[in-house]
Amino acid sequence: MVIFRDRIAATKPLVFALCLLPLAHLIWDVTQGTLGPDPVAQLEHRSGDWALRLLLATLALTPLRRLTGLHKLIRFRRMLGLFAFFYASVHLAIYLIVDLGGFWSQLLGEIVKRPYITVGFTAWLLLIPLALTSTQGMMRRLGRHWQSLHRLVYAIALLGVLHYYWLVKADHREPLLYLCVWLTLMLARVRWRSRAAGKPLRAAA
Amino acid sequence: MNVSTPSPSTITPEPVYRRRREVLKLIGLGAAGLATGCSSQAAPSTPPPPTPASADALTIARRVDDAGGAAQTTLADATHYNNFYEFGTAKDDPAKHSGRFQPRPWSVEVGGLAQDTGRFTLEDILKGQVLEERVYRMRCVEAWSMVIPWVGFPLGNLIKRFKPLASAKYVAFTTVERPTQMPGQNTRVLDWPYREGLRLDEAMHPLTLLAVGMYGRTLPNQNGAPLRLVVPWKYGFKGIKSIVKIEFVERQPRTTWNVMAPDEYGFYANVNPAVDHPRWSQATERRIAGSGFNLFGNRIATLPFNGYAEQVAHLYAGMDLRRNF
Repeated sequence: MVIFRDRIAATKPLVFALCLLPLAHLIWDVTQGTLGPDPVAQLEHRSGDWALRLLLATLALTPLRRLTGLHKLIRFRRMLGLFAFFYASVHLAIYLIVDLGGFWSQLLGEIVKRPYITVGFTAWLLLIPLALTSTQGMMRRLGRHWQSLHRLVYAIALLGVLHYYWLVKADHREPLLYLCVWLTLMLARVRWRSRAAGKPLRAAA
Repeated sequence: MNVSTPSPSTITPEPVYRRRREVLKLIGLGAAGLATGCSSQAAPSTPPPPTPASADALTIARRVDDAGGAAQTTLADATHYNNFYEFGTAKDDPAKHSGRFQPRPWSVEVGGLAQDTGRFTLEDILKGQVLEERVYRMRCVEAWSMVIPWVGFPLGNLIKRFKPLASAKYVAFTTVERPTQMPGQNTRVLDWPYREGLRLDEAMHPLTLLAVGMYGRTLPNQNGAPLRLVVPWKYGFKGIKSIVKIEFVERQPRTTWNVMAPDEYGFYANVNPAVDHPRWSQATERRIAGSGFNLFGNRIATLPFNGYAEQVAHLYAGMDLRRNF
């Protein structure tokens, strides 16, 4: 019985389910009341963590593909990217609706006045066009421009790391870890790019 | 000020939490027994960690609600969600990593510009002090807050005993430095030991409390055992914990957070909704209190001087609170 086109297609539902696990965990903790003394802060931190992790995972696919030779990995990229956008949206919604509920006048000022919120909000805004143009149809329609547009994701990930770094009071180890991951992924790209520079152009992904 | 009557549902009844602790202790002992020989961490070289249950009940002369009848934070939340970087930077680190800390025996070195200085044992310090319960709002600089029943005595009563000289204008405090018992001190997150300070008139103010307990019992390690400062109109980081040194000085002392980021944490650190932290707003706060799990409605407006303006605003008359934040 053949349901899936190939192994990648067969694995996709599993990856999809895995990406939903953090959300399920959050919902479970909400229903059980096990988010600790400051549940809203927990919801914000955990949804934000997963947005950032999935964004970096999306960025990691291309280097991983080159490293392992498993070129089909690229087919998970859209799903991971969309889940990053999904968790970023959940993160923002929790902040707006659950945390600031009733204090929205404060929020409008916050986005402009607080660099860490400005940066985080900008990152979310920039993800919108990427999510909207993530379909096959849009890819075809935009042609070469699609790739230039989607390069934005590097900047977005950096904004996400910065958003985290700026809200921490003194212990910067965790945001710095995310920064290291980002830098490593960038360096990998730069190296491959410079190596590939001498060779004939590779086929577009 | 009115005598507090928190609704019974908002607090964990003492017998219940004591029983819980006993169960936890039993589990802990059982686990240690099972783990013999295979776990290095479970085999303590020091006596078993003191838990709030091993804390002694304190004799309290009077109880005062200085939080306007607001619902209290539960004992579990106040002891498992706080900042005490000496034990780690996560909110649950202090409860997790303070088990090895030994708050007894304890002594405090009193020095500087005063007639009676020297080293005083904790018993010495407590001699003649009448313990009272004070329910205070506690506002963290991170924009969350709690309502906590502290047990202690006015710092001013102790200061009078040392007879500060006329030249003494400030009081400086230092936290104990014990990297073997305080794992957070092995990282360079802050410049150890932690230091705080008050202007002498702030220190003498009747609201300024030297606490030895909370929720009717001696302070748990994670909340600053055995002796800590509570200044309810200032951000929580002013409330220095596990104090080993009190010094009377002429000039404004260097304090840990102020030295680390002077544009973010002022020496005064009075709660002020009109002066934001450079990176976040101080206009509102998330209140952690009441019967546990609430997702909505936790955010409330922050009050000037944390709601104690009537009692303390005169201390800062004529001062520009934007500059002296």
